[in-house]
Amino acid sequence: MKKDVAVIGVGQSSFVRGYEGSIRELAFEAFREAIQDAGITQKDVDASVFCSAPEYDKQRSPAGVLAEYLGLIPQPTFYVESVCSSSSTGVKVGYSMIKSGLHDVVVILGFQKMSEITSAESQERMGRGADIQWEAPFGTMMPAYYALYAQAYMAKRGLTHDDLMGVRLKSSTYGVINERAVYRKAVKPEDFKQGDPEAKLAGPVAWPLRVGDCCANADGSSCIILADAKKAKALSKKPVWILGIGAASEAVNMAARPDFTKGLSVGYGAAAEAYRMAGITSKDVKVAEVHDCFTIAEIMAYEGLGFAPMGEGKQLIREKATYKDGKIPVNVDGGLLSKGHPIGATGGSQIRTIVLQLRGEAGPMQVPGGPDIGLVHNIGGVGLYGNVTIFGR
Amino acid sequence: MGFEKFGRKSFTAVTKTAKFVDLLAEGKVEGTVCKDCGAKFFPPRADCAKCFSKSMDWFEMPKKGKLETFTTAYYAPFGFEADPPYTMGVVDFGGGLKLFARLAKEIKPEEVKVGMDVIIRPLKYDDNQLSFEIAKG
Repeated sequence: MKKDVAVIGVGQSSFVRGYEGSIRELAFEAFREAIQDAGITQKDVDASVFCSAPEYDKQRSPAGVLAEYLGLIPQPTFYVESVCSSSSTGVKVGYSMIKSGLHDVVVILGFQKMSEITSAESQERMGRGADIQWEAPFGTMMPAYYALYAQAYMAKRGLTHDDLMGVRLKSSTYGVINERAVYRKAVKPEDFKQGDPEAKLAGPVAWPLRVGDCCANADGSSCIILADAKKAKALSKKPVWILGIGAASEAVNMAARPDFTKGLSVGYGAAAEAYRMAGITSKDVKVAEVHDCFTIAEIMAYEGLGFAPMGEGKQLIREKATYKDGKIPVNVDGGLLSKGHPIGATGGSQIRTIVLQLRGEAGPMQVPGGPDIGLVHNIGGVGLYGNVTIFGR
Repeated sequence: MGFEKFGRKSFTAVTKTAKFVDLLAEGKVEGTVCKDCGAKFFPPRADCAKCFSKSMDWFEMPKKGKLETFTTAYYAPFGFEADPPYTMGVVDFGGGLKLFARLAKEIKPEEVKVGMDVIIRPLKYDDNQLSFEIAKG
């Protein structure tokens, strides 16, 4: 297990609906927290990487604009995107820049101001992260794609609506106590009651997925500062090391997906590579953040990461094994479902949560027992891209 | 040009596979097959990723398959607002060939089941857009 690149600073804005400021001001919120957390100044930073899903941005080529606002010029800067996994891809790029010896300290800044455009525009543009030539002409949207997997799991894997609701009930348990989350209301089973007009989460979006199965759009930013071993030891009292990185890609078109009852192939591929590099297995992971853009996605992630056998992800929810006191706590910050999913900021926010957990600084969300190994699973598109990153003290 | 006629609303006007739309107008749903190595593709491709050939023929997709999975959309993206609810699904023909499309409106939601026998047929909308749909087998 090599310890040669570390996280020395983390930051995140509050995730909100309708951020009252521009993207540069939004980016600055996460950056300020991360650079103060690291205890460094801009002079210590060699390069920066900016990450977002470009279909939401009115500013073209935002890296240069944001680097200037953050005080990171004249150092090199550029832009990286892989839709919803953009900032964990940014961290992989930053890791590579440091491992190559080109740079010692790199800032990775993920941001998204989804409210730059209207909700209807937003749905259509998110759909463009799928196959615009052969699928979008049928009127596809992200919830519909994930619903294809949910339907197959219900037909062949014994998954139920109660299992999906269980994922949301867990996420809201932690959304309530995460002051940075966009959705902080408590969720009760009654909120999913079919046919009850008062049940706000029960309405169908893309059946079998309901309102409560879908994550919350949000504006937000995240910042991760990486350093090589020498700088990390000199600058940081609590470096958290990157132990393993895995990434994978998959066919965009649903017609090329081999089996809808076996989850997202990128989850398995990225996890296998990350575990191999870290020299650990799923049993060594003490706390995890997984990509729960929809409730079904969390169930599939359990299986892809090896927390549950294929088709048995539902058992972890039934047994409450992924709650804070369970055998493998998952998304104890509220996840995408409750904390919110500002596309380009999400991966960095997940990484921040795991870094705080490993440092023992997660406050009311802290997993007991002093976790030493944590994992981040971040998916782009409908399993088009997958990143799994493993961290250790 | 030509591909803007594909589907309820097309986001692509120019592609080397635009003949797909002409074939739909003739009542055929076709994929491409590599003349050099025989690899079959659906959706159609102009270039063979297996042997790098750009020499492609068209072949008619199997008519009968099984519905692998489906979803009913109650909300639609911008430009499709008049359509919900509508059901979309994936058909498996076996042999590695699959297809994604909407299900025919005549199928009642409670009749749709994973694994049901289905057929594929071309579809012309009132505004002359051309597509294909999944119907009961």
